[in-house]
Amino acid sequence: MDLSLSTRTVGDRTVVEVGGEIDVYTAPKLREQLVELVNDGNFHLVVDMEGVDFLDSTGLGVLVGGLKRVRAHEGSLRLVCNQERILKIFRITGLTKVFPIHTSVEEAVAATD
Amino acid sequence: MATVELRFSALPEHVRTARLVAAAVARRAGVDEAVLDEVRLAVGEACSRAVGLHQGAGITEPVRVALIEDEKQFSIEVGDDAPRSTPGDGASGASAEADVEAEEDEMGLAVISGLVDDVEVTAGEYGGLIRMTWPTVPPGVGLT
Repeated sequence: MDLSLSTRTVGDRTVVEVGGEIDVYTAPKLREQLVELVNDGNFHLVVDMEGVDFLDSTGLGVLVGGLKRVRAHEGSLRLVCNQERILKIFRITGLTKVFPIHTSVEEAVAATD
Repeated sequence: MATVELRFSALPEHVRTARLVAAAVARRAGVDEAVLDEVRLAVGEACSRAVGLHQGAGITEPVRVALIEDEKQFSIEVGDDAPRSTPGDGASGASAEADVEAEEDEMGLAVISGLVDDVEVTAGEYGGLIRMTWPTVPPGVGLT
């Protein structure tokens, strides 16, 4: 399955819904989307990964890059993920300490810390 | 001899194919269903790394994947043809871009070593090889 991306605005947050596989082939598409959002002035992003079937280190790199970009504007990048196999990749790379990971979009949108 | 061998042009779009083939052969070989996700991720990381190394060095040779079924184990070897300089070479003149590439390379290896207990990484002047091994369950065992 290829990568699918859709964005919507909830209050001052921009929710990016990602579906499919984020790997070395599709990750550039996600990178472009995040860069475009930040360039357009969206600095508080919520990346909803519930529809993601596969994530590799290239995808992690893109998310870290997105986080660096929003932080440069005092923004935030929150993830929504409940899938154990995806969460495991964040754990083994130590990135659970870097990204706030929420169980629902509502929770991520409401989070302010 | 390898059960299945795969050679693909060093292009990102073929890494998914390698993942699918590796997972299918691993399942047939008797690798536990719960571990197949790890097999898929690990082989994808190794292939992505090899593609990056070939592209970075302008190598037109394909990336090689060998899927090897043994009696009690299943191994995957991912081989590349990118020559390595020994650590320390060019440390003084390394560009920032090379540093970023090296970091991404390390990230892939970090994921592999976090996922796979039995992994060997070798590299020399003619290229590198990552060998990953998982135990298999003989047919009939564990099925009740």
